Amino acid sequence: MVNLLANVGVWWLEILQRVGRGFLFFIQILTGLPALLMRPRLLIKELYSVGVLSLTIVLVSGLFVGMVLGLQFFMTLSRFGAESALSVTVNLTLLRELGPVVTALLFAGRAGSALTAEIGLMKTTEQLSGMEMMAVDPVHRIIAPRFLAAVIAMPLLAVLFSVVGILSAWFIGAGLLGVDSGSFWAQMQTSVDWYNDAMNGIYKSIVFGIVVAWIAVFEGYDTIPTSEGVGRATTRTVVNGSLAVLALDFILTSLMFGGI
Amino acid sequence: MEEYIVFDDVHFSRGQRKIFNGMNLSVPKGKTTAIMGPSGTGKTTLLKLIGGLLMPEHGTVMVDGKSVGELGHDDLFELRKSMGMLFQSGALLTDESVYENVAYPLREHTKLSESMVRDLVSMKLEAVGLRGAIDMMPSELSGGMARRVALARSIALDPDLIMYDEPFTGLDPITMSTVVTLIKKLNDALGITSLMVSHDVAETLSIADYCHIISDGKVVVSGTPDELQQSDSEWVQQFLQGQPDGPAPFHYPAAPIAEDLGVKHG
Repeated sequence: MVNLLANVGVWWLEILQRVGRGFLFFIQILTGLPALLMRPRLLIKELYSVGVLSLTIVLVSGLFVGMVLGLQFFMTLSRFGAESALSVTVNLTLLRELGPVVTALLFAGRAGSALTAEIGLMKTTEQLSGMEMMAVDPVHRIIAPRFLAAVIAMPLLAVLFSVVGILSAWFIGAGLLGVDSGSFWAQMQTSVDWYNDAMNGIYKSIVFGIVVAWIAVFEGYDTIPTSEGVGRATTRTVVNGSLAVLALDFILTSLMFGGI
Repeated sequence: MEEYIVFDDVHFSRGQRKIFNGMNLSVPKGKTTAIMGPSGTGKTTLLKLIGGLLMPEHGTVMVDGKSVGELGHDDLFELRKSMGMLFQSGALLTDESVYENVAYPLREHTKLSESMVRDLVSMKLEAVGLRGAIDMMPSELSGGMARRVALARSIALDPDLIMYDEPFTGLDPITMSTVVTLIKKLNDALGITSLMVSHDVAETLSIADYCHIISDGKVVVSGTPDELQQSDSEWVQQFLQGQPDGPAPFHYPAAPIAEDLGVKHG
């Protein structure tokens, strides 16, 4: 019994230590951001690897999610003769929820795991120690550009996801199932609020971007420098990143759109 | 003789394992000093303590008159600019070419023009015999070549101190003698303080001015290569001559093997 209590205590202490290290690491990253203004090339390179290279998965997913939404909403709404509400339901679903959330989940899987593995391997092969010995701070030189690139890329990808999703839902609804195209866009104009719906979705994706990027770079930097350690860290990034996104989405939704 | 590095009663552990238990050691300025000892005695840890990559639990590590553990972030990084370290793995940036790797510290810490950087990189690579590999990627290099590129990178900023972590391991005989000569030349020509961690006894003793042999977290014996060769300590002789039998055990402490295999006596 005493052993069990001691183990629980040790487990909690380890978690608290990790959280503490994570917060200190976050502050270190923030102090490295101003220097990036002087070296935009570092940031552009990372924007390409985390942003541009994630485009395919995000756009293709947006296409299919939009098509499925168009189909499902049409089938349900047509039972009540309310096909014309297809535009409102698809737009609000994508802009408020699925755009930011699904993009963040895909981003954690595609870019987050790549970031963790890359940084973890750099640690395992002593590249980070080598940099420190060259008097170059790896948190500023390696971590900060990757973190900022991920935070910038996430809302842009989420917007693209929503745009592609809406277009593909329009294609299914108006193009194939007979919903009036003019009313689809007119309803979007009247029912979707720029600030409440579109901007809140973007704010969500910025928060998700910060959290996913932070988890990804911290897991990489804090990895145990073995091949198993890097594997575990990569898995933790995807699992913890995805769970954090889903939990935060609930909190943000309740704050932004009320209801609780 | 002026001391460049001084360890004063340094204690350090990894988990439950005590690596240094009151380590006292000094490295003279402008000389080549070797640290030797069996595997797992903390030789690499010692270099990391000097570079401030690790901090001692107790005691002080003084480098060039500064206590490494008490320096702030900026002062520590400033001190590191005067150090070069050759990692056992080379620690080259795998996404950058040989040229970019050697140019890296120059780009980070100087405002030299691109043509100047190229000239300096060419000179450093010429010194290690790899100017022809300037456009290769680290993945295309053999282990020995990677080590020599890393050596060129560690001397890029003309440091006052170079630390070599197992510089001879895994090198072919020609490369090994080249590296031995190179280290000696660097030391003689530039008056650099060199600290070498190794268990390649013959090569190390051939270029070191002074040696420390460490075991069980402490310096067991110190002296010039000649003094060590003539030491009457059985342990030192076993280590220097690589004899399997002697006071230093081959086996890590363990229960009797019969117990593990379940063999019953009687």
